[in-house]
Amino acid sequence: MALDSKIPKGPLAEKWTNYKNEINLVNPANKRLIDVIIVGTGLAGGSAAATLAELGYNVKAFCFQDSPRRAHSIAAQGGINAAKNYQGDGDSTYRLFYDTVKGGDYRSREANVYRLAEVSTNIIDQCVAQGVPFAREYGGLLDNRSFGGVLVSRTFYAKGQTGQQLLLGAYSAMNRQIGRGKIKMYTRHEMLDVVIVDGKARGIIARNLVTGEIERHSAHAVVLGTGGYGNAFYLSTYAMGSNVTAAWKAHKRGAFFANPCYTQIHPTCIPVSGDHQSKLTLMSESLRNDGRIWVPKHIKDVEAIRNGTLKPTQLSEEDRDYYLERRYPAFGNLVPRDVASRAAKERCDAGYGVNKTGEAVYLDFSAAIERYGKEQAHVKGLDEDDSALVQKLGKEVIANKYGNLFQMYEKIVDQNPYETPMMIYPAVHYTMGGLWVDYNLMTTVPGLYAIGEANFSDHGANRLGASALMQGLADGYFVLPYTIGDYLAHDIRTGTIPTDSKEFDEAEKNVRNNIAKLINNKGTKSVDYFHKRLGKIMWNKCGMARNAKDLKSAITEIAQLREEFYKDVFVPGEENEYNEELAKAGRVADFLELGELFAKDALEREESAGGHFRDEYQTETGEALRRPEYQYVSAWEYKGQPSEAVHHKEALDYENIEVKERSYK
Amino acid sequence: MMNLTLKIWRQKNASDKGKMMDYALSDVSPDMSFLEMLDVLNQELIEKGEEPVAFDHDCREGICGTCSLYINGRAHGPETKITACQLHMRSFNDGDTIYIEPWRAKAFPVVKDLIVDRSAFDRIQQAGGFISVNTSGNTQDANAIPIEKEHADKAFDAATCIGCGACVASCKNSSAMLFVGAKVSQFALLPQGQVEATDRVLNMVKQMDEEGFGNCTNTGACEVECPKGISLENIARMNQEYLKASLKG
Repeated sequence: MALDSKIPKGPLAEKWTNYKNEINLVNPANKRLIDVIIVGTGLAGGSAAATLAELGYNVKAFCFQDSPRRAHSIAAQGGINAAKNYQGDGDSTYRLFYDTVKGGDYRSREANVYRLAEVSTNIIDQCVAQGVPFAREYGGLLDNRSFGGVLVSRTFYAKGQTGQQLLLGAYSAMNRQIGRGKIKMYTRHEMLDVVIVDGKARGIIARNLVTGEIERHSAHAVVLGTGGYGNAFYLSTYAMGSNVTAAWKAHKRGAFFANPCYTQIHPTCIPVSGDHQSKLTLMSESLRNDGRIWVPKHIKDVEAIRNGTLKPTQLSEEDRDYYLERRYPAFGNLVPRDVASRAAKERCDAGYGVNKTGEAVYLDFSAAIERYGKEQAHVKGLDEDDSALVQKLGKEVIANKYGNLFQMYEKIVDQNPYETPMMIYPAVHYTMGGLWVDYNLMTTVPGLYAIGEANFSDHGANRLGASALMQGLADGYFVLPYTIGDYLAHDIRTGTIPTDSKEFDEAEKNVRNNIAKLINNKGTKSVDYFHKRLGKIMWNKCGMARNAKDLKSAITEIAQLREEFYKDVFVPGEENEYNEELAKAGRVADFLELGELFAKDALEREESAGGHFRDEYQTETGEALRRPEYQYVSAWEYKGQPSEAVHHKEALDYENIEVKERSYK
Repeated sequence: MMNLTLKIWRQKNASDKGKMMDYALSDVSPDMSFLEMLDVLNQELIEKGEEPVAFDHDCREGICGTCSLYINGRAHGPETKITACQLHMRSFNDGDTIYIEPWRAKAFPVVKDLIVDRSAFDRIQQAGGFISVNTSGNTQDANAIPIEKEHADKAFDAATCIGCGACVASCKNSSAMLFVGAKVSQFALLPQGQVEATDRVLNMVKQMDEEGFGNCTNTGACEVECPKGISLENIARMNQEYLKASLKG
């Protein structure tokens, strides 16, 4: 099967407008005859559900959480990008497009990214109209800040809780439609299979997580907004429940999985403290606006810090290595995430890590506190040389900007980051890979769509900060509602899809068999035992740096672990009740398949690009070495076992942007 | 390392009566979060072939509002302005006995063990917790209406509610006034929220009453236990909005 990305013809800047003018529309009376299932209620799924219901479609929305408001988009901290150019600093649709393609290391699709940049401004207008309380300046206008990999301030934010505010905006839009009866909301439901009838996605099988009932739901199209698969690593900044199951079941039903190896390891997370750890906590990238990253210059100071005889605050300026500022003077501490993470790993691997495990670097706010304090003293006509006053005023500014993040850090680490630098280390945070979709956001299964983090399309090999929220809302509010109409226009006479067909029978049987297998296994090891082991393989062999030898051994080890899992996993309880271990077991079973495909994809890609760094392919200065022969999207077709997956390629053409070395120096 | 005695509410399902059960847990590190401590207990139970304790949790960083434990008689435990997932074992001592119960409120029936059904909160939001604006791409420019920073900041503070239900669990009347007040306030403070202000407050309060939440008697316990520090000011603002709306209607 040849991949057709269905990119409209014509000049880049006119593609989306022309497309919208030419597609099929469904008239309002006919929309009432059409059902759409949306799985996942984060920024992508929630905004899509609300918008499709506003248009008049009958929406059935599903989430595994107890309320749509709890999807993990809620935890996004820093902000959302939009090419508004409110700051007059030279921003434009083209620049946002350019930064995103470059930031993605020239591995994303031009037309999709341009469309994303184009609709970015609508998102901000829409959210403000919904009552999202973005940060404002004293003049009452919206404030912006800067994120990594760009030279303008285009990020809109609501303190360190931007994701929360945007998700609650989408949730409120959903609530309005739930109240009107246009969205039927199914909470605590997990999708366990897609049903394909005559080659088209026509429904899902879902499990009610409270009663254990297996349910059939039909629709004319199915949309997955189910997020990323970073929990394959066990430890990550994802929510505990985040999983690949919906996307993986879709993959098993014919949807190609694209670029699984493109994973974002975020540079600023709270380091691992022990074996009991269940998740990692992100410290927003926005902190790099004001925080400076460093390690000691000399090993003797590293040792003294580790054994507690020296405090980081006692180390003089000349004994500190601000390694990002040293290596990347143009972008400094605001280099993109992949670059910052690898630089931290490089210093820690060289022995300069500052905590007991040797895996931490400092993120230091003392210079910013001093600078803001002096500025405030000057503005208020107070004594700029009074250091106690300057400290106090500076800390107030920092608290105003990042207060909740500093509090979060203190709660976890038990240290006060206003007084001593934060300790941070990279952690798995986002997956750029996902289900392959065309320009319409449709997967290789007709009528099955993937939006937000669940698809692969816009971020290439590395996502820039504050772009995930932008993409989720762009897909759900402004892209899918058009593209899905073009498809559904052919379904106005179809009528309700029956759920008593042989296809539904077969899918339900498949789900019941999988559940029975897990419940009746009665092995000796818990689900977490296997999940943790998978996570260790993923982190050690498919993590921040990969090589052919490790990847080959990861493939073998994961396949073995999967076998062991099915032999020896123990799932307590029954299937017809609330049973979290059973839900977890199903998710880990899917991670154990995805993990192998992940390693296989990383092995196939003999180059370094963005979040995918191969030891064998680096420049003399240790930067990622892209290879022109790999300028394609890898899309994998399911054939039974991950080892048998068939590799398809979608060539990437750059007509509007020059592909060159990605430099942040 | 600490040794603890845990007294935990076990209830098989909504119709089961439920009871407190005792568990001994040793070698608890002070660096563990409270939920990680429960993870350790659950792993031990699973290894013994017993059923783990069911509790709600997801983001484990204090923002999703899923976790909902009543620990030693306080919502989210002994510390202030945090959720149970942000609580660390360093807040406890070796030899402690810790009581762990679900939220107790008529409007929050128990699903299993420590998990309760908070869908009443969703239904209140569905009654009016929104601004009726369709997604069109043609709304006016985001900077067309400047909003006083003070109002924008206060609206944000109200909007930081995570919908965990600690306010209800802490209130002797099981009142949801802080939760509802926060949403009403957020929109009352913004120009975009004015058009529907009357219907919003009347409909949300009506739904709140129908769900079986109690009345507010101004004890302020909700504010003390709110992990996000949502202020009582929001209840006062809602009362004001309600009065205005009632006089109009």
